[in-house]
Amino acid sequence: MLNKNILMTIAFALAAIILPVFIKAPYHMHILILIIIWAIIGTSWNLLSGYAGQVSFGHAAFFGVGAYSAGILTLHYSLSPWWGLLLGPVMSMLVALPIGAIAFRLRGPYFALATLALGEIFRLLFLNMTNFTAGAKGILIMPAITSKVFYYYAGLGMLALTLLATYMIVHSKIGYYLVSIREDQDAATSLGIPTTLYKNLALLPSAFFTGLAGAFYMNYVAFIDPNIVFSLTNISIMVILVVMLGGVATTWGPTIGAALYIIMGELFRTTLGPANVLMFGVLVCLIIMFLPNGIAGELDIFKRFRQRKKAGLSGGV
Amino acid sequence: MEDLWIKFGQTVISGLLLGGMYSLIAMGMTLIMGVMKIINLAHGALVMVGMYVTYVCSKNFGIDPYIGMFIAMPVLFLLGCLIQKYMINRLVEQDSILPENQVLLTVGIMLVLTEGIRLFFKSDYRSVATSYSSDTVFLGAMSISVPLVIGFIITIIFTLLLHLFLTKTDLGMSIRATAQDRDAAVYMGINASKITMITFGLGAALAAAGGSLLLPLFYLFPDIGHLFTAKSFIITILGGLGSVWGAAIGGLILGLSESLGATYISMGYKDVVGLVIFLLVLLFLPGGLRSLVKR
Repeated sequence: MLNKNILMTIAFALAAIILPVFIKAPYHMHILILIIIWAIIGTSWNLLSGYAGQVSFGHAAFFGVGAYSAGILTLHYSLSPWWGLLLGPVMSMLVALPIGAIAFRLRGPYFALATLALGEIFRLLFLNMTNFTAGAKGILIMPAITSKVFYYYAGLGMLALTLLATYMIVHSKIGYYLVSIREDQDAATSLGIPTTLYKNLALLPSAFFTGLAGAFYMNYVAFIDPNIVFSLTNISIMVILVVMLGGVATTWGPTIGAALYIIMGELFRTTLGPANVLMFGVLVCLIIMFLPNGIAGELDIFKRFRQRKKAGLSGGV
Repeated sequence: MEDLWIKFGQTVISGLLLGGMYSLIAMGMTLIMGVMKIINLAHGALVMVGMYVTYVCSKNFGIDPYIGMFIAMPVLFLLGCLIQKYMINRLVEQDSILPENQVLLTVGIMLVLTEGIRLFFKSDYRSVATSYSSDTVFLGAMSISVPLVIGFIITIIFTLLLHLFLTKTDLGMSIRATAQDRDAAVYMGINASKITMITFGLGAALAAAGGSLLLPLFYLFPDIGHLFTAKSFIITILGGLGSVWGAAIGGLILGLSESLGATYISMGYKDVVGLVIFLLVLLFLPGGLRSLVKR
């Protein structure tokens, strides 16, 4: 079983690496890069919210801080925004510390609401600190590299790193602790698990990689403003949607969800015109109502169901 | 010195009046959250739909917004009931890893409502013009806008009616029982799924009422819902989940602090004031204002 998974992963990685040989159109490359960015954000969110069960409605804060770290380096210090890839994730982690200190005092829906409020506070601060962030005018940079293939491979590397790091965290002792916190926090505490510490151990990498995605977004799209990168509906809530689409608490779920979200969005936009977001909303409702564990999650359940059926049959005979 | 006091008084009064109407919207949310324990991110969108119903009544049929709200309320009641019955109630029975699925469903509903309205009305900014929209009354040297005063009076009446409904009628008491303990309520013979349906409808109708009262004061566009979702969250948490009076007082506090923030800090930071209050309440007074009374 394990071997099969490894083979599948290698096949997936190879397919991703040779994909640009077949896909040449810049528009299609653009879609692939967007998918990668969303897959990184989704995978990071999944670590904190899917595995540890701390549903964050404020991941836009980390994304935005990462993006602005890169943008401000160029705006104020005339450095290459690529340095943002180093600074952005670190800044996001620094920002995550106070956010965690505040929000981890709360549980369940209250935690969700606190992160929502914190995310919005960040948006408003960046909107109003016009001297430092240029406010609603946003930051525009002139990208030094324009080749989409380059961005594709750079993003792919970051996604691989994110997936690997999350996979390792989830399959270590920390991962089991996180799941136990999700399933029953009181029981976890009574077994002597320092829950706040372990929640922070999920939050920090989550913020780190979301910040990385933000900094990469700044480099790739070359324009940001607070209403884009700190958006509640278009980032914080959309990432939840992406992961729920693909499958919460699964390794590949966020990536599948990101691919579906971007491709569906683009298809609807080109075919349906002004009604595209409406159709997207309808689809969201349908998927949540009929596939509550996302595509990867339902597949898992289906597989387990079939195995059980087989086992039951052989046992009967 | 005199001028400063007038400015202060005017800020306080208009803040309180506006806050009163916010609290009407928040009462709808607090009912829904209290009974169903879900975060309803579509609440602002329901407000927005209610505003558009009143807007259409006023624009196409010449019905005054304060009368149009009595058309918007039943329409939204029906919409709320349908959403609850055919969408949210279905999810309650399903198993999933994170209970936040329901929240996400409300996001989907919010998208559908917002974009559905956008399809019909475009993103244009709209407003209703009534003969009294820009009228003011004077209280000493302070001038106060007439729609604010009318809206506030209607809010007080609605709050009292809602209070009577929840405490004196059978249906109202069933709603409160379901909010306290759903299982116990079911054992007592209350049809919980019907109660949740009516509660959601009632919440939506209150949202429509609040929206209609705010219509003469705000520009109307499809995305205005987000604004009201955020405000009603703050008020709901401030007042204590499920508490109608908490929501009433929470609304006044939010209106007051926003208005003070806008006058004395800056227009841009006025929303930060509300959010910071929200966080402080979450951290230091998690039961909201209601827990202060009970102690």
